[in-house]
Amino acid sequence: MKRNLPLIFAFISGILVVISEFIPHRPFSQMVSTLQDWFMIIAGFAIILGQISLFQANLAKIKEKKSGWYFYLAGLLSFMLMLVIGLLWGTQEYRGLIGHGEAIQGWLGSKPFDYMFDNAYMPLSATMFSLLAFFIASAAYRAFIIRSFESNLLMITAVIVILGRTSFGGMLTAWLPESFKFWHLPNLSDFIMEYPNSAAQRAIMISAALGIIGSSLRIILGIERSYLGSDK
Amino acid sequence: MKKLLLVVGLFLCVYVQLSASSLFWVEDVPWDEGKALSLEWNVPAETVYLQKADSLGAWDLIYAGAEKKYKDSEVNPQQLYTYRLIVPRPEIGDSISFIATAKPIEQWFYLHKLSFLLILLAVSFAIIYYVNGARNGKDYFIRRITALDSVDEAIGRATEKGKPILFVPGIGDLDDIQTIASLTIMSHLAQKAAEYDTELIVPCRFSMVLSASREVVKEAYLKAGKPDAYKEERIFYLTDDQFGYVAGIDGIMLREQPAANFFLGSFYAESLILAETGFSTGAIQTSGTAQASQLPFFIVSCDHTLIGEELFAASAYLSRDPQQLGSLKGHDFGKVLVILFIIMGVVTEMAGWHWFKAFFEGAQ
Repeated sequence: MKRNLPLIFAFISGILVVISEFIPHRPFSQMVSTLQDWFMIIAGFAIILGQISLFQANLAKIKEKKSGWYFYLAGLLSFMLMLVIGLLWGTQEYRGLIGHGEAIQGWLGSKPFDYMFDNAYMPLSATMFSLLAFFIASAAYRAFIIRSFESNLLMITAVIVILGRTSFGGMLTAWLPESFKFWHLPNLSDFIMEYPNSAAQRAIMISAALGIIGSSLRIILGIERSYLGSDK
Repeated sequence: MKKLLLVVGLFLCVYVQLSASSLFWVEDVPWDEGKALSLEWNVPAETVYLQKADSLGAWDLIYAGAEKKYKDSEVNPQQLYTYRLIVPRPEIGDSISFIATAKPIEQWFYLHKLSFLLILLAVSFAIIYYVNGARNGKDYFIRRITALDSVDEAIGRATEKGKPILFVPGIGDLDDIQTIASLTIMSHLAQKAAEYDTELIVPCRFSMVLSASREVVKEAYLKAGKPDAYKEERIFYLTDDQFGYVAGIDGIMLREQPAANFFLGSFYAESLILAETGFSTGAIQTSGTAQASQLPFFIVSCDHTLIGEELFAASAYLSRDPQQLGSLKGHDFGKVLVILFIIMGVVTEMAGWHWFKAFFEGAQ
């Protein structure tokens, strides 16, 4: 029963969601949003589970003084700090347990939670994102090293697209006559992005969609069970 | 005489009614959820004013302009709505108004999704047909997927080096089919890891994924006959924040130096940050996602990549279960169908028959 009940739920909800995609009449038209609401409610309860896991995992590492234990401590302290100031003075539009903290707002310019969010969390998040620029450079270097015919093609295409997207690329081929308009780097770049690139992306998307249909059907029919923990 | 006047009067009433309805009319938008009404008018005017009666009967202006039609999407099904069209006549310093009513009806089928339904049914029947074939003992050829064949190699390498395996189930929640596909692969991977006594680390972005992951790994260890080797604390929640999650995983990769990294599931801007950090640690990396825009990053930085559909086929491929392998044959049927439709679409468009394209465009 422990195994069959989730399978029955998966079958019923899977079939209902598929049917409601094609039937605009109530109750089918409201079914997806209702199921999404249920998911949100369950996810809300599961958040507590996540926080418990966060504490357990970090406290264990701090206790055992594992390498870099102070990072785990910093993580927990940051979590606690945001939680406490959020609870005490609330966030932008919401009141906290002890009010809006007008005195602190006067000093910081905003609520403590929002101040920390804007001045600590946002710069840290932006720092992580900006690392992408450096990683793209190192990855592109490896991808463009000429080793085979394919990597040659990749490099030539990349150079055309990169140059075509800059004003310098346009300037390089500006001297070409009107009859050779297609060979202007910006036009060539647009052509590559619009046709070969779109075609390849759509091929991946179509095959992924077929994969999703197959995967969903296996789950709905109970053929695929390993996501429940066991396939038996 | 009275009878004649009555007949003439009736005729005039019907005529006025009919002529008015051909000047301004409201219709229910067909094949929808009863949330729209289509209004059209055929009056010679530069500007018209369209009003809608609210629940108290007061008129609210909903459109003013020179268009000849308007779609009101702010209606509820099975309720009667009244509209008034005002056509100003500046030459006589007056205006003419027309009134029309209609009721939006909830339909029982989205007709514009018919092509979508037909394709879905065709692919689903093909999958069921091949699954049944596999059940009856038919052996299907499935092409090799190198990335999946390398799973054992990656686990073996981690075992030899005595280092853990890192499994990242993507940044999607449990309502994302890519996350489900990722968990099914994790089940097979965890079983192998348990058999080889290799540690498995699973950082999760969402609490729901965390609880599902714990259940999957626990069952896998149980199946491998090593329930005592299961360490719940190695499957843990990091953070809901996208880049915080990436920072956490990067830290794990640098501190714990896993010998094998698996990035399978839904990934966005963080894909390259993860894969490049993993590459710098020298780990053998396997990735897979259906996000077409992230695949180039994974292909460049990882040793093996599951492209799109392969992510969903992975569980069936790894399980070697004939029924699941049969379903993969159904995917192939879908591909043949799509190729045929593309060819037919090109031919019919070149021949000037646009009905074929229009039929499939309706599904959008």
